[in-house]
Amino acid sequence: MSTGAAAPPLARPARAEPPAWVEAVGVRAGSIVAAFAVGAVFLAATGHDPAHAYREMAVGAFGSSFAVEQTLVKAIPLALAGLGVALAFTMGLWNVGAEGQLAVGALAASWLALSAGGLPAAVVLPGLTLLGALGGAAWALVPAALRAYAGVNEIISTLMLNYVALLWVDYLVFGAWADPTAFSFPYSRRFPEAAHLPRLYGDVHAGALAALVAAAGLALLLGRTRWGYEIRTIGASQAAARYAGIPVRRRILLVMATSGALAGLAGAGEVSGVIHRIQQGLSPGYGFTAIIVAWVAQLRPWAVVLVAVLFAALLNGGFVLQTAGVPAAIAYMLQAMILTFVLAGEYLLRRLRRRRAVAAARALAPP
Amino acid sequence: MRRGIGVLVTVVVLSLLAGLGANAAQARPRVAFIYVGPIGDAGWTFQHDQARRHLAATLNADTRYVESVPETAEVARVMEQFIRQGYTTIFATAFGYQNFGLEVARRHPQARIIGIGPAIGLAPNVKTIYGRIWEGRYLTGIVAGRMTRTNTIGFVAAHPITTVVAGVNAFALGVWSVNPNARIRVVWTRTWYDPPKEKAAAKALLDAGADVVAQHQDTPSALQAAAEAGKMGVGSESNMQRFAPGAYLTGTIWDWREVDAAIVRGIMAGQFTSEDYYGGLADKMVTLGPMHARVPADTVRLVEQRRDEIARGTFQIFRGPLADQSGRERLPAGKTMTLKEILAFDWLLRGIEGQAPTSR
Repeated sequence: MSTGAAAPPLARPARAEPPAWVEAVGVRAGSIVAAFAVGAVFLAATGHDPAHAYREMAVGAFGSSFAVEQTLVKAIPLALAGLGVALAFTMGLWNVGAEGQLAVGALAASWLALSAGGLPAAVVLPGLTLLGALGGAAWALVPAALRAYAGVNEIISTLMLNYVALLWVDYLVFGAWADPTAFSFPYSRRFPEAAHLPRLYGDVHAGALAALVAAAGLALLLGRTRWGYEIRTIGASQAAARYAGIPVRRRILLVMATSGALAGLAGAGEVSGVIHRIQQGLSPGYGFTAIIVAWVAQLRPWAVVLVAVLFAALLNGGFVLQTAGVPAAIAYMLQAMILTFVLAGEYLLRRLRRRRAVAAARALAPP
Repeated sequence: MRRGIGVLVTVVVLSLLAGLGANAAQARPRVAFIYVGPIGDAGWTFQHDQARRHLAATLNADTRYVESVPETAEVARVMEQFIRQGYTTIFATAFGYQNFGLEVARRHPQARIIGIGPAIGLAPNVKTIYGRIWEGRYLTGIVAGRMTRTNTIGFVAAHPITTVVAGVNAFALGVWSVNPNARIRVVWTRTWYDPPKEKAAAKALLDAGADVVAQHQDTPSALQAAAEAGKMGVGSESNMQRFAPGAYLTGTIWDWREVDAAIVRGIMAGQFTSEDYYGGLADKMVTLGPMHARVPADTVRLVEQRRDEIARGTFQIFRGPLADQSGRERLPAGKTMTLKEILAFDWLLRGIEGQAPTSR
């Protein structure tokens, strides 16, 4: 960046560089604007008024307190699971199993909620939160142990365990936990009131606090502690970390467990905060979307929370577009296009920075 | 001065037009449809969309729809959105929407929510509609029983909810009424809409020796799998003949146009009945598609005869003795099942192969 200016005799005539934050904000805003511009062409070509569609989308995502609530409700699981995968990715662990960890967290929380009959909320709520985290952690520890002690590639094992977890949910909601009044449709009885997470604002449940605490905790942990330093070192080079005496295996277990626990919390939040029962399809792929959220946020905890809110707005906006008369296919295409442009913008930003760094290094080097 | 008059005239004309528009809009019923699959599914959702178009054409209804809404908390969001836009009559066309619809209905007493039965619960502004699909399945079973050569018939079934189970059982009774030796194998996909999964399930049944594949799914995928294998299939939901003209024996068809129109006309007149409504062969909510040319004339006659008897109520499909897969007698000889008992089916008949995921 400005290091180039430290060597005036060798540097090219200094051009007025915009500050880094202007560039960072500019490129991102530009890519979103570009996505909407291209989307507008498609909308217009298919006979829909782009201005109307975009206004509906914005109104549907942020335009009323109901819209804001719904966007935040969706952002909670995306943020929690996103923080989990971001932590694992920081260490170079490709945990793509958040969807399954979320499901097991939901299962564990539901077990308590469904069998707690009569227990007060003061016992049930902390209990199911803890169980949700433990369930997600336990599910993540399986691939973690396989990775740490047998070298099994965690991409495959975490991905496959997703399906196992979802089938466990199916098994229970079709069988032992099935609601006897639901004509065998795959969901459980409704949780007792004591197992409903309290609401903070409209439909936004207490899981929002968990997401914020988790983001703060991770930011602190990764940025300011030895533990965070070790994780980042392992992420940069496992061999170097081992050479430096960092207990890599123990870190793998701990990081995967924490990552799974966060996804598990997301699952507990969904069943006790939103659906109030456990059912087939309880997550519309939050665990997978969380991976994209983590990457777009460049694995930075607070950015994960922000991106989760934007993503939730985008997901809700898609259905709102349909209620405004835009066909589903175009709504999905718009969502995909915005995502593609944002990712392209991130790539551009990285290229720009690297080029600048190289130029700066050259400028410093002797001719 | 001239310009001022021009502006004034324009304003008056525009506001009159706007007023007219508003009046016309007030008279038009605003009706929203929520679909579990895409309207291009050529089956369940397609048929509901036909009803939506019928409302627009015959009642000048202002209709909106949203496709592919999962049976989760998502649907509550979509309903709220519609109600906020003034679309207070909502057809929520999947069984699993009911719980969420009930909660939304309680929050918005002015809304009218029409779900798919059987009713889990009702509120004053909630109604559920469904048809005795098992009546149609019994008839298609007769055709399948007559047309099988390998004496093995497959059934691709969606969610093991009681109405689907009742349909599988009725189909089996139809098959056995003309071919007591036929084997019936069921595969559950646990989803209404998933074309590749529906097809894979049909293929598994074909590999197991079935030469006729019936289905309770939202798309023609199972039928297409049968056609590709050179075997026969029984359609469901819509007239699926055009997707496999050589393989389509016949099939059940849903027709929601009249029931939906009657409900909307009632709401326009200020009337709404909260009930769990069942149509069937009698009111043609459930009908049969065209018969394959190879189906023998006496079979066609038998099907038509049974159809009329069922519609008149002179023929009962579920008559005792009926036993479940474990051999336990569930309905003694001489008894017939009530609607309530049919809607409680969580067990498959003795002789059907393949367990229901709900059987305990």
